[in-house]
Amino acid sequence: MTKGILINYDYCTGCHSCEVACKKTLGLPEGEFGIKLTEVGPYEYTDKPAPDHWEWTWLPVITKACDLCMGRTTKGKMPSCVQHCQAWCMYYGDVEDLAKKMDGKTRWALLATRE
Amino acid sequence: MDYQEFLDSIDKEAYHEGEWRWEEDGYTVTRTYHYSPPGCHTSCGILLYTKDGKVEKIEGDPLDPCTNGKLCIRCLNLVESINSPDRLKYPMRRAGERGENKWERISWDEAYDEIEEKVRSIWETNGGNAIICVHGTGRNINWQVPFFGQAALKTPNISTFGFTGFACYMPRVCGAVAPFGDFPVVDASEGHPARYANPEWNPPEVLVVWGNEPLASNADGFVGHWLVPCVQMGTRIISIDPRLTWWGARADYWLQIRPGTDAALACAWLNVILEEDLYDHEFVDLWCMGLDKLKESVKDMTPEWAAPICDLDADDIRNSARLYASAKPGAIQWGLAFDQQLSAMSLCLAGCDLMAICGNIDVPGGNILLHNAFEINAGYATGEHFTPEEWRIKKLNNNFALSIDGGDFVAHASSDGLLQAIEEGFPYPIKMMWIQSSNTLSCPGMDAARLYEAMQKIPFIVNADPYMTPTSVALADIVLPVAMSAERNSARTWWTPARAMVKVADFYEAKSDEQIIVELGKRLNPEVFNQWDSDIDWLDWYLREGSGSAFATSEAADNAGIKSSGSTLFKHTWKELVEDPAMCGHAYDEFNASYNKAAKGLYRPDGSVGYGTPSGRLELTPMLYTYWGLSDTPFHVEPPEGPISTPELMETYPLILTCGGRSFEFFHSEHRQLPTMRELHPEPLVLVNPKTAEKYGVKDGQWIWIENDHGRFKQKVKLSPRVNEKTIHAEHGWWFPESKAEAPYLFGTFESNPNNCTKAFVTGQGGVGSAIKSMICKIYPVEPGDKMPYEQIAETGNFPWYKKVNSPRQDEIDRFHKAMDAGMEYEVFSNELFDPANNERFDLKTGARLAE
Repeated sequence: MTKGILINYDYCTGCHSCEVACKKTLGLPEGEFGIKLTEVGPYEYTDKPAPDHWEWTWLPVITKACDLCMGRTTKGKMPSCVQHCQAWCMYYGDVEDLAKKMDGKTRWALLATRE
Repeated sequence: MDYQEFLDSIDKEAYHEGEWRWEEDGYTVTRTYHYSPPGCHTSCGILLYTKDGKVEKIEGDPLDPCTNGKLCIRCLNLVESINSPDRLKYPMRRAGERGENKWERISWDEAYDEIEEKVRSIWETNGGNAIICVHGTGRNINWQVPFFGQAALKTPNISTFGFTGFACYMPRVCGAVAPFGDFPVVDASEGHPARYANPEWNPPEVLVVWGNEPLASNADGFVGHWLVPCVQMGTRIISIDPRLTWWGARADYWLQIRPGTDAALACAWLNVILEEDLYDHEFVDLWCMGLDKLKESVKDMTPEWAAPICDLDADDIRNSARLYASAKPGAIQWGLAFDQQLSAMSLCLAGCDLMAICGNIDVPGGNILLHNAFEINAGYATGEHFTPEEWRIKKLNNNFALSIDGGDFVAHASSDGLLQAIEEGFPYPIKMMWIQSSNTLSCPGMDAARLYEAMQKIPFIVNADPYMTPTSVALADIVLPVAMSAERNSARTWWTPARAMVKVADFYEAKSDEQIIVELGKRLNPEVFNQWDSDIDWLDWYLREGSGSAFATSEAADNAGIKSSGSTLFKHTWKELVEDPAMCGHAYDEFNASYNKAAKGLYRPDGSVGYGTPSGRLELTPMLYTYWGLSDTPFHVEPPEGPISTPELMETYPLILTCGGRSFEFFHSEHRQLPTMRELHPEPLVLVNPKTAEKYGVKDGQWIWIENDHGRFKQKVKLSPRVNEKTIHAEHGWWFPESKAEAPYLFGTFESNPNNCTKAFVTGQGGVGSAIKSMICKIYPVEPGDKMPYEQIAETGNFPWYKKVNSPRQDEIDRFHKAMDAGMEYEVFSNELFDPANNERFDLKTGARLAE
């Protein structure tokens, strides 16, 4: 079954915990990341009232360095980025199960890597 | 976010539930907590992986109910901190002049010998009060260093030195003790081990995030990210902040307030809620007093009155007040901005009044009144009775040192009072400074260059720190290497639960704060310190008997009716806290896990119904404010400089400068030497609105000068709509460990420092509150050939256009110096001069000769 990481990115705070947790777990040098935040905004919409008036969104990109923490998950542990996500917006699991969480109420992204 | 689903999903075997230590893949794993150094204010559950006595890996502990395995990048990067080549390895004595950065390695015994000799000689000649004892903010030394200062150095002059007007946390603590008898904290179910699954708990309906960014700051023992699950569960947001933050971008109302005018907004909210009868009548009738007087005091402070002061829309003020008042419950996450304005004590009172009249105190999802776990309340006032009375009464508080009327309600000495004593030797000279975990020059030190010049007058300075800092290079005569959290046995009871830190490694000769204090304490005051053989003995005393007042003076705490029984409610030893499978490093108490504590009689020492105030009610117009010489109703004071108070000065300095917003990478001036942090955040950034940048000819990524009538500093422009066109925001705490240590450069501590522009001796009512978040400035590009701050300071001691703000007692000080030069004597308590030549006496205050 394909595994993936689901991100409820309406709530991502841009805190970098996923990035640094991953860098330290994989021992990556300066400039390299297994997961890296992208940032959109902040900018204003003219036609959207609060609380959606501002766009300021983070979403991590998973790089080729990521193996979904195979060494950890086979022991029953969470991938390091998911475990340390301070915003409670990351989930790990089978992509079919994860997709069921995408309920249309907030913004979600389901990321899967090469196996 | 489904908390139960999260708990159920954890593989408890994989994470060794119920074990505090185990072997795994060649590592020894220790389940413990982190609590500085390196900073911050909070303590998260961690798993430390060690091999051959060295920390090699760290991760969060998903089975820890405090933070559920989540960690910020400062802990995730802990291994880089612990093993940093920049750390101090041995005690060292200065070998060259101050500032030359030349040192000789000495043994701990040599260091202790020299310190002991100096301290004892100062006791003989000047008294213990001639020693200043400094500690850094919110670190794991909050009770230890004040205890050491008062019991071992025997001085009442303890301080987080450099803060004019106690401008961090103390205004909120004392501003809440008076009306509430306790301190309000947003309820994210942090008091209960079941956390978000506690059936009694519900999230706030509306959360007001006011004057702070809790996600990055984690200030005052509160983990900011505790609030994100609340938002996921439906909490709506009001953000009150000059900067757009994560909260503002998701808020129903983002009130982009003019810095330093929050009290006007708070008064207008009170006006709306009281005039429109939106307050919680039942709660006010049952639990509050002073409503009529409060209502009368704010009746003219309408949203239309506040709007031009705050630079906000009156309808937004009115509608946001209605939204907060309609929430059941609403919660206010207040922050540092409350302390860093001239209205500080008034604003803190207004904030408390809002919480109280809307019925949001001590209810699930509101503002709960927390205690330190198990009433283990050792704090700033602990150990004060070990300072000899004759020295204790010379505490340089606002009243005694600066003649500011009113009560002495903060346990610490006044920073400006200390500065005056250092600069002028008045009312008595300072002979020594002990600094433990504070980089005074780079971080708290307001009026930075002035402080640097003043501190050079102190004959003997010891600095205990994990790193060689600008403060040590510039000023220290002895530096002591301090162990980091993973290298120390310790415990924490700031809020709840009680948590233990376990030593898993050594770093050369570094010792823990507790070890240094107990060892040196035994030399300086064996009577007190010989009851403990080790750091762990001392921790056991702390856990069982560590009482006292955490932040307010003992008198203020007693007046407020705070419980202080002399013993705690904790029945275990430190070792049991660490190892007992039922605790594994943490223990929750009943008090903090309960709601409606006033009705249950949990606040008052005699168990009666009510709050821990003199009246037993939440005092909307507190009696203690009157006793302390403060107005007992809220009001607004304009920032000392700005468009309303000094419109003519705005022609020269057209922008408002706010500063001090936190970053994820750094805790104050810490973490600057770590490659991973500097990869993510290489340089100090000043937020400038794109339109402002265009108007003043500065570009994204460009180094610019930020200048006021006091000094200037440089930071790199980040263009952003997060600030409006009238305001810029600069970062604090920057120094550059990769650069030159020797004076005058001092790791570049003056180059990007907003404290070049802040002013000592400018405070709000009662000598409390400082306007450092609402300065004014001009900006212009840094050009080749410009003189750098360190060069300007080296040449003349400060910036060429610098104007020193005098002490309120400057006339007396001038008279004092003249009299000393003329061979007269000064009597500190009567504040009289005596001329032995002719037996004449003079009143120093007026200069008048006194009748015999």
